[in-house]
Amino acid sequence: MTWYAFSGALEQGFVYGLMVLGVYITFRVLHFPDLTVDGSLPLGAAVASVCITNGWDPYLACVPAMLAGFVAGMVTGILNTKFKILHLLASILTMIALYSINIRIMGRPNMALLNQEIVLDPLFALGLTQAVAGPLLFGVLAVAVVGGLIWFLNTELGQAMRATGDNPQMITAQGVDTHKMIIAGVGLSNALVALAGALVAQSQGAADVNMGVGVIVAGLASVIVGETLFGARSIGRRIVAALLGSVIYRLAIALALSLKLGAFSFTPSDINLITAILVVLALVSPQLKQKVQARARS
Amino acid sequence: MLVLEKVVKYFNKGTINEVLAINKLDLIVERADFITIIGSNGAGKSTMLSCMAGTIIPDAGRVVLSDRDVTTWPEWKRARYIGRVFQDPLKGTSASLSIEENLALAMRRGKMRGFAAGVSRQDRDHFRDRLKELGLGLENRLKDQVGLLSGGQRQALTLLMATMVKPEVLLLDEHTAALDPKTAQQILELTQQVVEAQKLTTLMVTHNMRQAIALGNRLVMLHQGEVILDLEGEAKRSLTVDDLLQQFYAIRGETLSSDRLLLG
Ligand SMILES: Nc1ncnc2c1ncn2[C@@H]1O[C@H](COP(=O)(O)OP(=O)(O)OP(=O)(O)O)[C@@H](O)[C@H]1O
Ligand SMILES: [Mg+2]
Repeated sequence: MTWYAFSGALEQGFVYGLMVLGVYITFRVLHFPDLTVDGSLPLGAAVASVCITNGWDPYLACVPAMLAGFVAGMVTGILNTKFKILHLLASILTMIALYSINIRIMGRPNMALLNQEIVLDPLFALGLTQAVAGPLLFGVLAVAVVGGLIWFLNTELGQAMRATGDNPQMITAQGVDTHKMIIAGVGLSNALVALAGALVAQSQGAADVNMGVGVIVAGLASVIVGETLFGARSIGRRIVAALLGSVIYRLAIALALSLKLGAFSFTPSDINLITAILVVLALVSPQLKQKVQARARS
Repeated sequence: MLVLEKVVKYFNKGTINEVLAINKLDLIVERADFITIIGSNGAGKSTMLSCMAGTIIPDAGRVVLSDRDVTTWPEWKRARYIGRVFQDPLKGTSASLSIEENLALAMRRGKMRGFAAGVSRQDRDHFRDRLKELGLGLENRLKDQVGLLSGGQRQALTLLMATMVKPEVLLLDEHTAALDPKTAQQILELTQQVVEAQKLTTLMVTHNMRQAIALGNRLVMLHQGEVILDLEGEAKRSLTVDDLLQQFYAIRGETLSSDRLLLG
């Protein structure tokens, strides 16, 4: 792997890491399989891009992007809790609706950000190259969000949210409205996903209505990689593991793409297959480990 | 204190599976009453408690708690005034949260939850004191995940959580039925201790007639969704299992039957 590919993977690991943290909240904290993600990532990208091309500060542009993501998540949460639609279906409905909405927001299916000011510009001004500035800025951001999430999940509200996913009957008996918790939690998750979208668009120089396709699988793969390698009991360590999982997942993809086996090499379109294999391996390895240990004992 | 007024609850209304679980049931629970509730399988005991807690909203009638008409209040809102322990020891606690986190959640029952730290140092001292009263050694395991505890330990913790903030009513639905006899006895003693210490208004469903007679100041028997027997004071104190069976026969003209009713 070249240094360039390594730095690119690191950057992606961090920036998509924000999305992975969002996926962690829905899938692991709330036990709410949420596919809104595939639509809220381009939503964040679209909103930020429109703001930036209208002369907004690129950092400020992330705020409406996150708000839009939050609202998208809330819609999924409300469809599920208030209208009793199965969580998976509720999130697919929002995701599909967002496809149309994203094109409406941009006025077209994609939007270039060439010659626009982006979040990395202040670092470029210091003389840093993309290969350094990308991982640095997004790394700092991702670590800050990890810190914020750990703090939140240990507050009164955060604990109530965790208990909501774990045992809704118990937390209802403790006076918590689980509907509110789910709506807020899925909202928070998609706000992070939309932030990731806003930053990805800026770093890649364009927003595209299709940029979210399959993102949820990558997010899930990252969560599972993190859990498998660093699986830990405390909520703090589990959040850190999710971010590390994202970075390792992107590095693994980059490594696979750089492999040359004679005339054969992977192409970017093979990533979905690699991801699927990765998830399967991660899911199977704990069972394998048990079997190996059991055999060693006997 | 807690009043059920002509409460009616059907399940699967309008289908061939229609069941009338609660039939125009009236019950007035006085402050500091400790009522034991018995009745055969399907008599409507759990449904009655669920109507009180708000898990089930009745089809007709009213539920009044300390002069507040709570008939249509959702369960989470009523929880401010109601403590509950379920039959299943897994239902009352959150397995992936630690003991102290579970207790912290219980300490804010009915209060606003904000962005303050879930567990503070003061809380920990308080939790240790309360856990010591259980006598299970849990005070040294504050950070342990509740999923690691045994069923009996979890049920003791649930009881503590239900009474952490003094509830206006404590609802116990066969809360010892899923435990082994020795643990069940421990939890029962703990229940008595807590109810007496805090003078709690309590409703306890049990299948054990001896237990129903020995505990509390009042005994209520349900049958087909109605109260068919309501004894207190001397009438309750002098009661025997034989009396109960005879009373049931006298009222209903049939023998009290239940695969789970324990006679002794
Ligand atoms: N969710 C439900 N759906 C359909 N019928 C129900 C439901 N819950 C209870 N019932 C029916 O309502 C009636 C009363 O049930 P309930 O659970 O209140 O009885 P119980 O007195 O608690 O019995 P047990 O001693 O077996 O716990 C029974 O006929 C039962 O089959
Ligand atoms: Mg029952």
